[in-house]
Amino acid sequence: MAIDNNMVKQVAFLARLKIEDSKLESTKEEFNKILNWVEQLSEVDTSNVEPLVSVHEGFVKARADEVTDGHIKDEILKNAPMQEFGYFAVPKVVE
Amino acid sequence: MTDLTKLTIAQTLSGLKNKDFSAVELTNAYLKNMQNKRELNAYVLETPEIALKAAKIADKHYQTGTNHALEGIPVGIKDLFCTKSIRSTACSHILDDFVPCYESTVTQNLLNAGAVFLGKLNMDEFAMGGSNETSFYGPVINPWSKDEPLVAGGSSGGSAAAVAADMCAAATGTDTGGSIRQPAAFCGIVGIKPTYGRCSRWGIMAFASSLDQAGPMTKDVTDAALMLEVMAGYDQKDSTSTNIEVPHFAKVLGQDIKGLKVGIPREYRPEGLNKEISSLWDKAADILKARGAEIVEISLPHTKYALPVYYIIAPAEASSNLARYDGIRYGLRVNGEKLDDLYINTRTEGFGPEVKRRIMIGTYVLSAGYFDAYYLKAQKVRRLIKNDFEEAFKKCDVILTPTSPVSAFKIGDESMKQNPINMYLNDVFTVSVNLAGLPALSLPVGLDHNGLPLGFQLIGKAFDEETIFKAAYGLEQDVGFVRK
Repeated sequence: MAIDNNMVKQVAFLARLKIEDSKLESTKEEFNKILNWVEQLSEVDTSNVEPLVSVHEGFVKARADEVTDGHIKDEILKNAPMQEFGYFAVPKVVE
Repeated sequence: MTDLTKLTIAQTLSGLKNKDFSAVELTNAYLKNMQNKRELNAYVLETPEIALKAAKIADKHYQTGTNHALEGIPVGIKDLFCTKSIRSTACSHILDDFVPCYESTVTQNLLNAGAVFLGKLNMDEFAMGGSNETSFYGPVINPWSKDEPLVAGGSSGGSAAAVAADMCAAATGTDTGGSIRQPAAFCGIVGIKPTYGRCSRWGIMAFASSLDQAGPMTKDVTDAALMLEVMAGYDQKDSTSTNIEVPHFAKVLGQDIKGLKVGIPREYRPEGLNKEISSLWDKAADILKARGAEIVEISLPHTKYALPVYYIIAPAEASSNLARYDGIRYGLRVNGEKLDDLYINTRTEGFGPEVKRRIMIGTYVLSAGYFDAYYLKAQKVRRLIKNDFEEAFKKCDVILTPTSPVSAFKIGDESMKQNPINMYLNDVFTVSVNLAGLPALSLPVGLDHNGLPLGFQLIGKAFDEETIFKAAYGLEQDVGFVRK
């Protein structure tokens, strides 16, 4: 399943990354190298095999849905690149 | 006076208890050594004030007899662990000035045990890499380097180099596909990736959540047992942490291994395996045999598929985990006209090439239309890999294999620069263990013709680190490896 430059652009946008036009060709080639390499999995018969999502199957326990910390707004906002009025600030999103 | 930084944790603890030296003297010795060896680039942040403050408290605890398990032991922390009020960057530009307001569970466990934090250790960006060359802060230099600088391995390259160069008594590492074991092997030290669920992942920046585990990197097997006992334990804050008692690992050290069945997987000895590695492997097996172990040949038939499975699953999970770095709540922000531009500009500038590559691959294999062919297929083969180990462990108690097919290589190696797959191939012996969630310890067994360390790993059954420690300790006694 070789991919083309358009697909590279599309995947980059989905991941919110920008690939310079000059790097598009080399990125595509690298991408295809990796995809061709993982392609060897198709030779494994997995017709009766259940996917393994995590080795931790069956044991995952949810804790009670309670707030166990909180009231640390100022501490959290300390790391924000931009904040206003006690909120994270972003560029205008409503026209 | 003896050089305090050469001592193991076990020796240091007895020196502190006997009042041969104080924790402050000890910490100062390490801080001085860190300063003298800055050219190795092992630390990305030194925290001398914090260390000395903790050392003073440790000395008080020794005076009052209220000392804890690792009281006064100076350790280095991989920069992937969030440490409260201490900058934590995962060695990525995107987390330039991130200062967590909380402490990871594993580092909190170490603090509770009285450990002294010396600083944050270099690593591959977000733990993605096998040579520490993807770090925003540049590569770590292997202390075993001679004429030209060699890599320390990765991703926990700073941790491995710091332990080998006596810039800390021990370090924390994390292992998603070999990131503790491979650098430990390259730097001639001991490192263990425990069973998935043994150590809490809470507060460790996530790379591939179904594979990530924290573990200790130490000067010897005893120290690894002492460290892991403190680092491990159930944690409500990590839903995949297992509620199972942490054994007193050091208790098994020195126990008889008579009758222990040691498996040698035939798929790990491919045509063309380095002859030095092959003969050291035989030597290690012979040592265990001489101590009464029985060597059995086993088969792990899906071994060759472990790497492709890993390089689908790990990037898929990474692409999802790293979506949080968007320039809004913490870390780097590169402004843009619209919100999407802000995201794109921030991520494009903030992530390095290897991280971008993996995010892209992960995004692709999870995208509509390709999910079944790649991601689902990889998860199915992952089950077959896990089944292989289950079958093998019907015939043996522990498995012995090389840790890496190579010893430390040059910084800036051309073949690896040209094709990322060449770098990925270095993980060939380590990734299966992560896919199966099993514990594995790497220890140095000998040197190659260039005088560089070669490591071997002992793989155990899930939650049976004790058997690993027992076998590793026996091996260490007779192998005669001389630390750097």
